[in-house]
Amino acid sequence: MSSVHNKRFVDQIMVMFGRETKKPEQFTEKAIQVHQLKRMTNKEAFLNASKEAHRLQQLKSQKWRNRRWATLIFANLLFVISFALDIQILEGALTASRFVGFHLIDLNSALQVMLAHKHIINNLLIGTGTVLLLWVLLGGRTFCSWICPYHLLAEWAEKLHLYLAKKKLVTDQVMDRRLRTVFWVIFALLAIATGYTVYEAISPTGILSRALIYGPGLAVLWVLALLFFEVFFSRRAWCRYACPIGLTYGVVGIISPVRVKYKLESCFHEGDCRKVCLVPHVLDTVIKGRAVDTEVAIGPDCTRCGLCVDACPTGSLTFEVKGLSKLM
Amino acid sequence: MSDENTDTANGDRKPEPGKVSIAKKQTNRRRVLRTILLTGGVLGAATSGFLPLIYSKKNRLRPPGALDEKDFLSSCIKCGQCVQVCPVEAIKLADLVDGMGVGTPYIDAREQACDFSCDAVQCILACPTGSLTYHKPAHLTVRPGAELSSKPILIAKEKDAEPTLNLAERIGVARLTRPESCLAMQGKGFQGTARGAAFDGKLRYMSVDRWKPIPVADFKYDREICDLCEQACPIKGAITVEMGLGKDGKKKGIPVVHEACVGCGVCEMICPTEPASIEIIPGEGWRA
Repeated sequence: MSSVHNKRFVDQIMVMFGRETKKPEQFTEKAIQVHQLKRMTNKEAFLNASKEAHRLQQLKSQKWRNRRWATLIFANLLFVISFALDIQILEGALTASRFVGFHLIDLNSALQVMLAHKHIINNLLIGTGTVLLLWVLLGGRTFCSWICPYHLLAEWAEKLHLYLAKKKLVTDQVMDRRLRTVFWVIFALLAIATGYTVYEAISPTGILSRALIYGPGLAVLWVLALLFFEVFFSRRAWCRYACPIGLTYGVVGIISPVRVKYKLESCFHEGDCRKVCLVPHVLDTVIKGRAVDTEVAIGPDCTRCGLCVDACPTGSLTFEVKGLSKLM
Repeated sequence: MSDENTDTANGDRKPEPGKVSIAKKQTNRRRVLRTILLTGGVLGAATSGFLPLIYSKKNRLRPPGALDEKDFLSSCIKCGQCVQVCPVEAIKLADLVDGMGVGTPYIDAREQACDFSCDAVQCILACPTGSLTYHKPAHLTVRPGAELSSKPILIAKEKDAEPTLNLAERIGVARLTRPESCLAMQGKGFQGTARGAAFDGKLRYMSVDRWKPIPVADFKYDREICDLCEQACPIKGAITVEMGLGKDGKKKGIPVVHEACVGCGVCEMICPTEPASIEIIPGEGWRA
């Protein structure tokens, strides 16, 4: 049984690096039974009736989205007011800051500087270590959806894109997700070879964070160009196919205890969750016949945004902190 | 509607080994092309960040304690913590077209020079990556003439137990680049505010407030022979205006920069001529 989970654990890491999702080969006994049972009871009329009943009961909730947006705005606003009002709670920008004096340094920015400069001072090490610990605990790519200011703009751009796509005015140009891994390697190599933090010059996260805190500059035009590209050409292209920050935090999140848990038994496989998901390949497991066990943890590329948790009419997707239920 | 047939665009193809339709082949080919295009686009944008660096011949004045330009660019994490601690807001972050790395800090001395109002070079203390540093790591070389022969004495702290600034290298050096326009060289005096009422730069005037810098526009000078650069200089013995008689027998002054100059730029900011007669040459070393 644990070998099934181990295989899925590795598979999900590969999916994060860009491999296409595919139907798993091994399942636990229990999962096979449930899948079989579901196939047997797949009577349209009955299924639709119970789906309807569930939908009627379902409270349209945007609890997690609201919490997340509030957190994201609050965190970025804290940077802004710390400087604007000189209250010195959170000084600096998202790339590096000080929270009431404690160094915090963005992992990808730190990596770029370490590779480019090849000399690491203590403060850099302390700040990076603190942030590493923080996001290992909180879930890696949680940074993306809960903190990154570009993510929020991209979310709105995505809404616009989906609206236009519905009107058949634009079509989503899908790309190869392995590209993000390629970019990560290229930017790392560029930093080593040129001794210049190349990625930092175009990082929309850094540009936006600085624009908010120190006032906008021309660099914001690059961010607008990216958003334009995402609205009219490719859905969430930057976060999905390019951003090395996302991959860095994804790797950090591999061992994170905070994650979304999927329960097979109560799932109707309607796919609402995959429609709202920002990284739908992580929800591959909710497709009928793909869950390897009756309870499956969603992989490391998940941004823990909670949209699927809000969307699921049956409560089959929930946040969990690994080990916490055992403790309590 | 079951979701197996909803979201084919996201790569959930049903496994049909050995069977790939022509349409799918075309889709895949287009996807590969698009992927290559995006790669080119992003990398193009990334490397275009180099262009201004390559073409920019002008040196930039970095904050005190900055590593040499190349090391500075590689180590700066672009967080702006140095900007936040500066009491006179001398430090700004570079934009896309400034040609010095998006988000890296610099000082435009003519607009607002570093006058060491913080007493302790706090921007260095704030820097998380060592781009600004009190002690340069041993493997990095020191530019010729950049090393200060002794710790600079801050006039504001002169009577304190520790009157020096913790600075080992100068960030530039002051030069009288336009001696012909210098008021002292012409034997002229100066009355009024140094840069006019509209100038919003700040400076610490010991005679007004030891702790708080005030707007330059609020301070009126009255000098028989202009020596504002010497009056304003925060470093002991960095610049003097040597008074003497010119060939025509008229009294005049010659601004002389000394080895104590750290390149802070206060003289450039305060110089009342337009453009400034004295300027900081960023990154320049001391030559006797």
